[in-house]
Amino acid sequence: MAQRVAYVGRRAGHLLAVLLLLSVGTFLMLELLPGNLTDSLLGDNARPQDIALLEAQLGLDKPLPQRFGAWVWNALQGDLGRSPLSGEAVTEAIAHRLPVSVQLMLFAQILALAMALPLGIWAGYREGGLVDRLVSSASFGVLAVPHFVLGLLLILVLAIWLRWFPATGYVPFSDNPFESIRSMTLPSLTLALVEAPVYLRLLRSDLATTLREEFVTVARAKGLPDWQILLRHALRPSMFSLITVMGINIGHLIGGAVIIETVFALPGVGRLLIEAITRRDYLTLQGVVLFIGATFVVVNLVVDALYSVLDPRLSARHG
Amino acid sequence: MGLPLVWLAVVFVCAFGADVMPFPPPSDMDFAAAEQGPSLAHPLGADLDGRDVLSRLAHGARISLTVSLIAPLIGLVIGTVLGLLSAYYSGLVRTGILAVVDAMLAFPSLVFALALTVVLGPSVQNVTLALGIMSVPAFARIARANALPLMSREFVLAARTAGAGDAYIMFREILPNMVMSLLTYALTMMSIMIVAEGSLSFLGVGVPPPTPSWGSMIAEGRESLERVPHVSMIPAAAMFLTVLSLNLLGDSLRQFKSGKSGGLS
Repeated sequence: MAQRVAYVGRRAGHLLAVLLLLSVGTFLMLELLPGNLTDSLLGDNARPQDIALLEAQLGLDKPLPQRFGAWVWNALQGDLGRSPLSGEAVTEAIAHRLPVSVQLMLFAQILALAMALPLGIWAGYREGGLVDRLVSSASFGVLAVPHFVLGLLLILVLAIWLRWFPATGYVPFSDNPFESIRSMTLPSLTLALVEAPVYLRLLRSDLATTLREEFVTVARAKGLPDWQILLRHALRPSMFSLITVMGINIGHLIGGAVIIETVFALPGVGRLLIEAITRRDYLTLQGVVLFIGATFVVVNLVVDALYSVLDPRLSARHG
Repeated sequence: MGLPLVWLAVVFVCAFGADVMPFPPPSDMDFAAAEQGPSLAHPLGADLDGRDVLSRLAHGARISLTVSLIAPLIGLVIGTVLGLLSAYYSGLVRTGILAVVDAMLAFPSLVFALALTVVLGPSVQNVTLALGIMSVPAFARIARANALPLMSREFVLAARTAGAGDAYIMFREILPNMVMSLLTYALTMMSIMIVAEGSLSFLGVGVPPPTPSWGSMIAEGRESLERVPHVSMIPAAAMFLTVLSLNLLGDSLRQFKSGKSGGLS
């Protein structure tokens, strides 16, 4: 237990350093932008006194390190500034969009697991069999399709030709759960189709390795039926690569699936990022980038801590 | 192995010979043919403004290929040097490099490329540079992972005993032994770059118009997917086939390599 705490503590220290570098990078991003922030807000013909006023408002007249300190201090308190264009606080804007991205993430993971678990288990169980070969070539093909192409293809077939689902748009879950699920089906299916082959391959190869271990032979010798060996004994120790990659994906998706949200016009965090770029709302852009990076780092830490709990051998190995 | 190579060759020839081939210029608008499917004048049809899809596809291939050849090269060179340094030296150099690499990996790669492109400004060079920088951490990780087991091998010890300097050992002794792994990964990275460039252009922050790129062609056809699906779907198919070919090629290269090293040991 103490070892595990020390291990997680060390990882946390490392991630704190990464978070610091992340915030320096994000902060400098705004400094390195071509042209001044004030120019983009006031236009080229602004009067000097207006520029000075705005600079004072945004704190731009202070030296760089001091501004960085103030920015980090505010960010830690959940204040990422107020967009000079929309007047909305950046943190609020993110909080508004977050439920959409989280819902998309959840649906996509559920769909991906629903596809990957049964197929992966079967492919690992009958390694080299018909299902295994079919599934590997199919997943090879799917992996070559870019997200946005797959999304458009699904819109074309399932929304335009068959009219089963709406092509774009979003209905909040609290307004109308049924319509919400319908509007989320195509975007989450797109993500799931891209992620499922990866999950499936990881599960398949890990499971095939586990099935060659001695405890499986013992279970078989005891006369346990195959399904019980697969589901009760072999599945859990074969899930670690899958959980790792799933953790990475969840970390990505909470920060918004930029492409998918654009294709399906979903008002999520990823969409907020793109809107900030097109409107040149750089303060919002900075806040969203920081949020996405930080979420990703924190989710990875949680996943790390999670599997040293799931498998004590791991922390022993590292510690 | 055959078909992927044939397709890639066709794309290469179209991309770099687009100007001398009998295509109409990619920005020529033939309004009479707008939104029409394949015909004699326009073998793959015309887009919403009546521009020839085949011609734009060929010119777009040039952008995709240039970006996907040069960007991994940037990542390969910088990443390999960083990876070697972090494997060879310990202490501050290693900690510093690993922290920067981890911080870069802490952004989802597309968000990283997006932010960089915004900072640098949209142009073909800057998109290439942004994607190149985006690929640095991955190459650094691969280079480090490949270099670490080599550090304690006899030939490194022999070189050191013979009085070789650090740079000589890194670049003349260790580097040649990991070149194949790095190049195989560069091929994978090429296909990632084609998709990444397409994604940036699709989002409207990549290569600026009117220069055609596969991603922006797909984005333009998106609004009229219902009436004229071919405007989006033809460049989409081209992108799919190219990425698939590169993946298949990388796969057979890996199998060839592992088969060979298995035979040696």
